[in-house]
Amino acid sequence: MTSHEGATAAAGTAMTPWTDRTPAFVRASRTVWNHVVIGSCYVAAAVVVLPLGLILWHLLAHGLSGFSLDFFLSMPKPVGEAGGGMANAIVGTLIIVGLGAVVALPIGVATGVYLAEYGRGRFAAMVRYTADLLGGVPSIVVGVAVYGLVVMPMGRFSAIAGGIALAILMLPTLIRSTEEIVRLVPQSYRQGALALGAPRWRVTQQVVIPAARSGIVTAAMLAVARAAGETAPLLFTALGNRFWSLQLDQPMATLPVFIFDYARAPYDDWNRQAWTGALVLVLLVTVISAVLRITVRRIQTR
Amino acid sequence: MNQERVQHRGASADGVYKGLLAGAAALVFVVVALIVYEVARGAEMSIRTIGWKFLTQTEWDPVADQYGALPYIYGTLVSSFLALLMAVPLGIGSAVFLAEIANRRIGSIVSFVMELLAAIPSIVYGIWGFFVLAPWLRAFIEPWLIANLGFLPLFRGFPFGIGMLNAGIILAIMIIPTIVSISREVLLATPATLREASLALGATKAESIGVALDAARPGILGAIILALGRALGETMAVTMVIGNTNRISLSLLDPGATMSSIIANEFTEATGALYLSALIQIALVLFAVTIVVNGLARALVHFATGGRRDVAGAA
Repeated sequence: MTSHEGATAAAGTAMTPWTDRTPAFVRASRTVWNHVVIGSCYVAAAVVVLPLGLILWHLLAHGLSGFSLDFFLSMPKPVGEAGGGMANAIVGTLIIVGLGAVVALPIGVATGVYLAEYGRGRFAAMVRYTADLLGGVPSIVVGVAVYGLVVMPMGRFSAIAGGIALAILMLPTLIRSTEEIVRLVPQSYRQGALALGAPRWRVTQQVVIPAARSGIVTAAMLAVARAAGETAPLLFTALGNRFWSLQLDQPMATLPVFIFDYARAPYDDWNRQAWTGALVLVLLVTVISAVLRITVRRIQTR
Repeated sequence: MNQERVQHRGASADGVYKGLLAGAAALVFVVVALIVYEVARGAEMSIRTIGWKFLTQTEWDPVADQYGALPYIYGTLVSSFLALLMAVPLGIGSAVFLAEIANRRIGSIVSFVMELLAAIPSIVYGIWGFFVLAPWLRAFIEPWLIANLGFLPLFRGFPFGIGMLNAGIILAIMIIPTIVSISREVLLATPATLREASLALGATKAESIGVALDAARPGILGAIILALGRALGETMAVTMVIGNTNRISLSLLDPGATMSSIIANEFTEATGALYLSALIQIALVLFAVTIVVNGLARALVHFATGGRRDVAGAA
């Protein structure tokens, strides 16, 4: 109101420069508010980074002491005896994750390629939606379902059941990242091959997929690394095993389940081993995925 | 003639190839259908026998074959809500920092940390919460809360260390990367002209961030709901730190249990058919809740970024 009157008065007389009539306290409070908002964003980012630092620190502090060759090579000791390692659990994790990968990779990669190369219609949209849906299913629910589908008919817990559960958990990541990577292959590759008279399927199989191969491998390893850390679905599929077993139709030890059991046990030595197991698991999972992400970025920027 | 045949063969090979790929894609439907079928079939007996009382009863007594899931539903909702309460302001603040304030180098360090956090297996969060966070809470934070805020029913009781508060904190740490990475994408997707226009009108940096946040609101809401979906289904970390006690308590310091933790704890020990079926029905309820929550989140993120950004890619 007042500023409007001032403006007409100024126009009536001469050209006077515009002056900021905002009360000083308003200006001051806006400045202060500005600093508060920006400052709290800094604080938020710092607070968010903090837990990772703490977790990594404690992993190293508690886990490193038990980190020895013995841990990788020896079997768990009977209750009450100190020492021992998780050799069977480490091998078991590799086997079950490998099983899962063998099942999930062909399906996931083929689906991803389908979505990228032929994925225009309603069917593809439904596949995408369903894959996302599957990605949102809690892993424990997948475990319950696999228990009913595999463990019950077989009559016992088994490495196979664990592998199937992990395969289901790998699928969504695998499908969507394969699709994204295959889409990155330049259109000119396809056009060039088609112009040379190659049929559509050979263009995909012999030009597009080889061009995307390194990216697909990365996506696959990322999905596999993620699944390696899963615990919940293994509790009632692979179950766990305190003994050495390579039989796929028998219960098998895995690193995450071992950590879970050892962490809850009332023995200090077992708790210490749980930390070491966690350190090994984190190295297995995060180092792989960190290295992969950096490679992916290199490929994308190239 | 020869050329015709070649063309014909090429076309049918194309069909076969596409068919193979589509067949693999169709397997995704089969997998989801099998999960739904199996969980529903397993829960059937419990649904028939117990009915709707299952969702409202608090008694969980396998010896007497009494099953009520209310304490677990309560535990899941409260721990997830608590996690959101902490993760949302921190996550949005960090996303704003990354998208609007930080320079490229610091930004890439923080996003690297976010990616690492997202890659750590949940069992590792669990043992950290159990062996590190719980003693801290027990020794410092919970006694302080009881002494200073004990007049609220939320902070009454005994400092156990493990319990609802611990679960909430661990869940918050676990879901922050989801909120940060998607919110950041959504903020970066808002037009720069919005910020430039508000700055040109004399807005402060904070006010122009407010304008950008306003435009990004549906996407950020989607990120939050997606994070909620994660928190609801999270199992191992929560199972380790929540205390696994079948009771509903207003106090955040008390131990409790969630839908996923009861399944993780009791599934392999469930003797009795009705017992197992009741546990599977909990899985069914959890499944249904997460599907609704995720569907909502997906639609919001899709709408906010014009389909440019997929939730799956943000994981």
